[in-house]
Amino acid sequence: MSDIALEMIEVSKKFKRGEIFDSLRDLIPALTGQLIKRLTSDQLERQEFWALKDISFTVKKGEAFGIIGHNGAGKSTILKLLSGILRPTKGKIIVSGKISALIEVGAGFHPDLTGRENIFLNGAILGMKKEEIRKKLDEIVEFAQLNDFIDTPVKRYSSGMYARLGFAVAAYVDPDVLVVDEVLSVGDFVFQKKSIERMRRIMQGGTTVIFVSHNIKAVTELCQNALLLDHGKGVKIGETREVTRCYLETAAGDRAGQDKKDVYVAKVSVKNAYESCLDFDSGEKAWVEVDIKANRDAKNIAISINLKDEGLYTLFDISTERLGHKPINLAAGESWRFCFQVSLYLASGIFYLGVKLYPFDERALRGMIPYDVIFTAATIQIHSNLEIHGVINPCPILVENEKVYE
Amino acid sequence: MREALKRLIEYRELLYMITYRDITIKYKQTVLGFLWAILMPIIIIGAGLLVKYAFSRASGKPFLLSEVATLAVKAIPWAFVVSSLRFASISLVSNSNLVTKIYFPREIFPVASLLSQLFDFAAAACLLTLILIVAQIGVSIHLIWVPVLLAVLVCFCLGLGLFVSAACLFFRDVKYIVEVVLTFAIFFTPVFYEASLFGEFGKYLLLNPVAPILESLNDCIVMQKMPDLVWLSYSGAISLALAGLGLKFFQKLEPKFAECI
Repeated sequence: MSDIALEMIEVSKKFKRGEIFDSLRDLIPALTGQLIKRLTSDQLERQEFWALKDISFTVKKGEAFGIIGHNGAGKSTILKLLSGILRPTKGKIIVSGKISALIEVGAGFHPDLTGRENIFLNGAILGMKKEEIRKKLDEIVEFAQLNDFIDTPVKRYSSGMYARLGFAVAAYVDPDVLVVDEVLSVGDFVFQKKSIERMRRIMQGGTTVIFVSHNIKAVTELCQNALLLDHGKGVKIGETREVTRCYLETAAGDRAGQDKKDVYVAKVSVKNAYESCLDFDSGEKAWVEVDIKANRDAKNIAISINLKDEGLYTLFDISTERLGHKPINLAAGESWRFCFQVSLYLASGIFYLGVKLYPFDERALRGMIPYDVIFTAATIQIHSNLEIHGVINPCPILVENEKVYE
Repeated sequence: MREALKRLIEYRELLYMITYRDITIKYKQTVLGFLWAILMPIIIIGAGLLVKYAFSRASGKPFLLSEVATLAVKAIPWAFVVSSLRFASISLVSNSNLVTKIYFPREIFPVASLLSQLFDFAAAACLLTLILIVAQIGVSIHLIWVPVLLAVLVCFCLGLGLFVSAACLFFRDVKYIVEVVLTFAIFFTPVFYEASLFGEFGKYLLLNPVAPILESLNDCIVMQKMPDLVWLSYSGAISLALAGLGLKFFQKLEPKFAECI
């Protein structure tokens, strides 16, 4: 019992859809209307939905636990339940120790107060004692890079300054359990790096961390175990790498409603030398299979694949045309499979694969609409032991190491 | 009840910070600054003087300076009642970003708004002391009743404040109802007049729990006599019951706050 920081036992949460009556003026007519019409319980039930259904997990003390899932999967609901803002409809939550939630940075800021006053206010809101805040004040200001503006009301701050200050205060709270929601995406690259470093430091200090994010890379780096949510249900729970792979597999887009197009991409699959795979080591070879299908006769088609990094910057884009393949012609109902081989000399991280079908002579037909575009066709994860800053891995080696005499 | 007090003590630093915030932001970027605290009492006293003057003209009784003291003694606590209820009603709604984002005992909001009004009350009490000195009202043993009376008054405001803050969270128009009631409540409360003016009918006016408190304050400060203990214990009982029920009501609804705000 003692080494468990947090436990959720079959927790469910129900919400009501639609508008809640928020004034007596609306409520009283609505109630009388209901009395007359006798709304059946069936209709009432339709207005309710389960934001979370039977979620159970345990987090050990000092562990970092990730929660991932698509929009609307119920991540934020879990956090609000954990921090006590919402109460579960069913089930039980056990938390040992002080819990502090970074659900939104700077939520407690008041625009008219100065940065310094807001640090004290927000610190108190997050559960710090005044003495404690006073001791950490300089560090917080330093961390937020706001030395010159600390006595300016925060309403005069830029949104970046505001967010940095919010994160800085939160980063210096010392709870037993820290709940973090998407707040690591604050500030510029340098500040983000500093934030992640700070999170690491907090974890090394023995704080249990619950980490919710779309940033798969950060989750993989920080957390040992993770939970994958989908529409309020726990899909997978376990080791982070396993769970993120499961997440990436479900990330591929839905390919319904393709009948209207002349020619379309029926399927995209990524394989390693043996099987379907979305998880590669840096430098490994991958095969991208693109199945295309024609509803009507189609002539002069080319296929391109592209890879983008997390910032959606295109790392490469190559096509059948530029690889020297002749124009593709398909008869109605015909299917073809094309396979591209690529070597993934990439740094560790998440990359998005896109596929496009377009008229063969791209330059001559500039402005013509492509037949079909899929992005994201697949999301792949690269693992590397080498800590490279950036997105590519050109396999650098240190070849010389000697003292130079003039 | 005891649990709630324990929680408030546990979170006293936060309570202090929120109160401090409520007080500072009220005086930041304002023309009047701290004069705000005494503006409303001064207006009420002014209005009261006008009414009293009309009374004395109509009845032919002389207009006495000690009437100013009576007016001030009643107007300043009344201003506190009005503003504390007004601010309590919006205390949760205006902090909706905190209610939905971070957990701590929600009682802190109405309690902090009450405390910040107490700060204004204290400032106005300084003005009252000045008026009492000018009006040459002396000191008497009956002043020991004042802390008791103030405690009853605070209890009343706290209880009602807890009610309206929670009600306002669910139904936004409660705020307007509170406004309207507060605007006209002064006519049903013996601020500009004494309940005794109405003779037999006067005791029905004292059913308003604030009325005996104001009358008692006038009795022990200006009239220098014992307050009417029967009516005072009536007010005390109502105020305590309100505080207890208000807290219960508040805590019962608290789990739904974040969803319904």
